[in-house]
Amino acid sequence: MTDTTPSGTTPEAPRRAPHFVSKEPWDPYVADKLTAEQERYYMAGQWKLMWWRFRRHRPAVVSMVFLLLMYFSTLISEFIAPYDLHTRHSRYIFAAPQSVHLFHEGSFLGPFVYGLKMERDPATLQRIYSADTTKPQPLRFFCLGESYEFWGLIEGRFHFVCPPEDGTLFLLGTDRLGRDMFSRIVYAARISLTIGVIGIALSFTLALILGGLAGYYGGWIDSVVQRLTEIIKSFPHLPLWLALSAALPVTWSPLLVYFGITIILALLDWPGLGRAVRSKLLSLREEDYAAAAQMMGAKPARIIGRHLLPGFMSHLIASATLSIPSMILAETALSFLGLGLRPPITSWGVLLNEATDINVVAVNWWLMLPVVPVILVILAYQFMGDGMRDAADPYA
Amino acid sequence: MLHFIVRRVLLMIPTLFVISALVYFIIDLPPGDCVTSQIEELLARGDPDAHQRAEELRQLYGLNLPLWQRYLEWVAGIFRWDFGLSCQDTVPVADLISERMMLTIVMETCTIIFIWVVSFVIGVYAATHQYRWGDYVASFIGFIGLSIPNFLLALVLLYVGKVYFGLSIGGLMDPEYIDQPLSWGKVVSVMQHLIIPVVVIGMSGTAGMIRRLRANLLDELQKQYVVTGRAKGLPPMRLLVKYPLRHAINPFVADIGGLLPDVISGSVIVSVVLSLPTTGPMLLSALKTQDVNLAATFLLFVAALTVVGMLISDLALAALDPRIRFGAGSEK
Repeated sequence: MTDTTPSGTTPEAPRRAPHFVSKEPWDPYVADKLTAEQERYYMAGQWKLMWWRFRRHRPAVVSMVFLLLMYFSTLISEFIAPYDLHTRHSRYIFAAPQSVHLFHEGSFLGPFVYGLKMERDPATLQRIYSADTTKPQPLRFFCLGESYEFWGLIEGRFHFVCPPEDGTLFLLGTDRLGRDMFSRIVYAARISLTIGVIGIALSFTLALILGGLAGYYGGWIDSVVQRLTEIIKSFPHLPLWLALSAALPVTWSPLLVYFGITIILALLDWPGLGRAVRSKLLSLREEDYAAAAQMMGAKPARIIGRHLLPGFMSHLIASATLSIPSMILAETALSFLGLGLRPPITSWGVLLNEATDINVVAVNWWLMLPVVPVILVILAYQFMGDGMRDAADPYA
Repeated sequence: MLHFIVRRVLLMIPTLFVISALVYFIIDLPPGDCVTSQIEELLARGDPDAHQRAEELRQLYGLNLPLWQRYLEWVAGIFRWDFGLSCQDTVPVADLISERMMLTIVMETCTIIFIWVVSFVIGVYAATHQYRWGDYVASFIGFIGLSIPNFLLALVLLYVGKVYFGLSIGGLMDPEYIDQPLSWGKVVSVMQHLIIPVVVIGMSGTAGMIRRLRANLLDELQKQYVVTGRAKGLPPMRLLVKYPLRHAINPFVADIGGLLPDVISGSVIVSVVLSLPTTGPMLLSALKTQDVNLAATFLLFVAALTVVGMLISDLALAALDPRIRFGAGSEK
């Protein structure tokens, strides 16, 4: 009596549910119903996830906004700067910063400055500037001021803020030729900020090509690239940078020097990134999907570009961002030492070159002010890079 | 172990050769030579014999010879501690540089020691007192140290010292000791002047080291054997020093390879800013005047310093870590 088929019915056989087929379409997710929020999360693409994670890192977001503003300002430096990069005011040499006031003798006037009076110290012959507090000179906004060539192409005279009629506006003082420091810092941002980005673009390309070759092919290419990285990484960069930029011919135009310096910076910067590319490729090329692509006849360029690179692109971008500040700094250092960019091309480092003589700086402290944007930008890049690095792996 | 050392030393020699050749050619690359600017000055003054003088000078410096011949002569001279003539005032390079090199080595060694001692103490403290206020202060200082570029810091310190304290922090010794033979007073004076450059140069390195040591030690302190040890009643100090610290200190020594290039780079630019009588300012002026022999000697010196430093760090690591000594663990 082992047969327990339904045919052998006995009174105490278990009662079975009637046969039932649901007419509803089958829903594979019936077991775990996702809330709208969960669904949004699970369906989001990789980059979207990264953005969400990045957004949680407050300092990084603030830094990003700051940097975006800075870069935006480089697009419209001409509007922001009240004076041109090279305008000299021979009557205001080493003028102290003028502060902007709102109230004159207790009454509200709107933003204005006081005119500058220059006297000479009879003993040291030093120029002493004092504010002439009798006559407030109101600032003009959205006005026509000094003419300029917008990006060297279009002539214009429009500024956000102009010096008062027959007055001056030196927010951060003037240098030894009476050039407005504020305008110069604004213009110099254009060079200082772009050199990091262009440099990193070059170094990124080099790293991708060399690291990619080394990681994908291995063998002797790998050992050559590896030795090269080791030598470059182990040698102190600054002396080498100095030697290389001293080797740029004096006859080159400033623009050529700019590109020369960028190339020099990139030349010593790529090994860090290149090593990351190599090690990632080395491990990823053993993955099944890489082997599959290879068997289907894909060319190495396609395998690397289509299948392997996207897997760690976010990491690369994060580490590239983290090395932009060192590039900006290197350019600043080179120009500060007088071996980098040359006037008329002006970067923050070129401005700081004027601050090498401590005796001059001790009297005219505002010559050191270009230090401030350099440090701020570097801090911002570091915060942003940290945030990006944390966000780079959203599945972690 | 012996095999390891020999291999490393043998590898050093070709590296230095390649670097020296590269550096020599790079410096000679731009058109003109170190005589050009001197002669231009003479011409501007209307000296009628300028061209003849230029010929003489070029003959003296051997600038008429092809580049490779000059390079070979320079390299051959190195082994006799003879680096050729400096263009600046026709002095043998060897006479110009020996004191500066000494001071550079002293300064850099002091910097490394400073970095080690300070980051060791602070790093261990921060890791054992995680999330206390001391830890936060250490992290904050570390962050500032990492983000403020050393030469800007030097510039600011120079300004502050000059304006608020009325002292010049440039130089490496009191004026009365300059060009004096070595004496106890001179050593003391140098040490006093070293403090600021050492702190400035070592700032970022210290910050990085603190960060790394803290992270490593924290990792190690969370492991089970530490818990076991504590449960069995090991005294806290012994529990810290005996195993976790030994583990965490490994990367500390290994990192000198990454630290040294930074310290040397930093010392070059900081000594220019603070106008210290080390190799930095002279290298800069030599590069600007295309004084090939002088500049190449300095750069070779820098390279040699780096390579030797790396060797020392490798040896120290091998002494510290049996896994490396016996070549068993190839993990990095």
